[in-house]
Amino acid sequence: MSLAEYKGVYVFAQQVDNEVSSIALELIGKGKDLAKDLDTTVTAVLIGHNVMGLTEVLGEYGADKVIVVDDPELKEYRTEPYTHALTCVINEFKPDICLIGATAIGRDLGPRVCARIHTGLTADCTQLDIGDFPINPMPGKEQKHNQLLMTRPAFGGNTIATIACPEFRPQMATVRPGVMQKAERQIGRKAEIIEFNPGFEPNERYTEILEIVKEVSNIADIMDATILVSGGRGVGSAENFKLLQDLADAIGGTVSCSRAVVDAGWMPKDLQVGQTGKTVRPHVYFAIGISGAIQHVAGMEESDIIVAINKDETAPIFDVADYGVVGDLNKILPVLTQKIKEAKAAN
Amino acid sequence: MKVVVCVKQVPDTKGGVKFKPDGTLDRAAMLTIMNPDDKAGLEAALRIKDQYGAEVTVVTMGLPKAEEVLREAMAMGADHGILVTDRVLGGADTWATSQTIAGALRNLEYDLIITGRQAIDGDTAQVGPQISEHLGLPVISYAQDIKVEGDSVIVQRQYDDRYHIVKAKMPCLVTALAELNEPRYMTPGGIFDAYKKDITVWGRKDLTGVEDSNLGLKGSPTQIAKASDKVRKGAGEKVVLDPTASVDYIVGKLTEKHVL
Repeated sequence: MSLAEYKGVYVFAQQVDNEVSSIALELIGKGKDLAKDLDTTVTAVLIGHNVMGLTEVLGEYGADKVIVVDDPELKEYRTEPYTHALTCVINEFKPDICLIGATAIGRDLGPRVCARIHTGLTADCTQLDIGDFPINPMPGKEQKHNQLLMTRPAFGGNTIATIACPEFRPQMATVRPGVMQKAERQIGRKAEIIEFNPGFEPNERYTEILEIVKEVSNIADIMDATILVSGGRGVGSAENFKLLQDLADAIGGTVSCSRAVVDAGWMPKDLQVGQTGKTVRPHVYFAIGISGAIQHVAGMEESDIIVAINKDETAPIFDVADYGVVGDLNKILPVLTQKIKEAKAAN
Repeated sequence: MKVVVCVKQVPDTKGGVKFKPDGTLDRAAMLTIMNPDDKAGLEAALRIKDQYGAEVTVVTMGLPKAEEVLREAMAMGADHGILVTDRVLGGADTWATSQTIAGALRNLEYDLIITGRQAIDGDTAQVGPQISEHLGLPVISYAQDIKVEGDSVIVQRQYDDRYHIVKAKMPCLVTALAELNEPRYMTPGGIFDAYKKDITVWGRKDLTGVEDSNLGLKGSPTQIAKASDKVRKGAGEKVVLDPTASVDYIVGKLTEKHVL
């Protein structure tokens, strides 16, 4: 079968506990852009059990078709049955492009699926475009058009690479959550629904889930957070981190901190950003009362948007911040939290 | 029982990244370390060895210099080290890398294979699950705890807001998070012994069940279109306003950037 026979942009519409994950809608949004460039459609692949009710929101956010694989074996995410489901969809429908969220689910599912199909997979993409490969014509090498060009950071964010998959289909990428834009929701917009069940026969590759333990948000992995509200010595006390927690709750973020805060015993080490803590690359990083020592900056400078609030206008954090506000965090944060709540409520 | 741990020698990105004049990474000028997730995987294997008397084999793929991580692993307590190195294996993407390592693992007996979740130079998290697929094994990724129980492993599998306690029949593959444990140090005696032991070196011809078309740069489905040094972003805007105007400023920027 020739590569040209593979058509359409497919996205894995991740759901957890029968709730569509935000990344699914982000991928549909990006998928629509790519589909427009390729003059094709966007198909969401919804995998789970009793998930038919979720097709509506996928259509309203822009999916043209939704392929539903619904089976009791798919109730919770497990690598093998989900791999089987997505692989069978790809083999049956032959998409040109397949996007998966770079989540703790997608980063397990993606490699397993692409290994089964024999195609390439580019991890943690932050930009996707349609273009030529090679980008510039090269003597003796055919320049292919309408290729998916997948851009990602590498080497701890020190380099940026653009990757193509010219000889295999589908072209597959995992995409970092929080980077792509959702399309505007159109209430009542309907996607075509296609039910597909390839059959699930448990085999030795199936695992068994003995227990599911839900964790409270403050011990979530700060490396996976899309928005971090990070505090430093300037916050003043463990109690005062409540101001940051309120902001994090309002905006859907996670609280993290600098080393000084851990050393002072205000916050656990798990939440520390920086050279001796964790390297984070959220979409938005709030640096609140953080001076911005080089060891801290090394752990967060790859954040897409950095907002700094500090009363010392010479603080080095302002050298890396996109938006710096010189002022008193105690006066700014309560008002900011309130305004964000209002903005969220209005949406 | 037999445990195989896959490790990678990586540039220590925390010490800063150095580039050659042509813009490519100057690996020779950078310090190297055992990849942190892999080291936690090795420690997990060594704890299983301490508890049940397992035999631990460490496998790495890389340049001949990667022998160093095998010596380090053996000084920590691993029994055997295998280096897979060959010019024809260079330039591999995750597909070709996982094919190579699977080709090496087919020569070994194993109950449990442990890899790191991801390496700090590539950050893809793909090679572990891909190896498991090539070998037809169950995989549990993102392990924050690994226990052996009879013929199975019981793993705490981390997700964004929860963890699952997952049971898999061995043989299986588990990918380890650096948070899994605090790896032990090498002991002086261990270092001494590690340098007395032989390292097994395998090339292309020693790999089992792999086609040439799946190896190295030529066997890689993904190809680099462009690579560039990350442009450092300089300072952005800085404003000095009263609290209300400061909030309006921040909310305005977040709205502009579609965060709100």
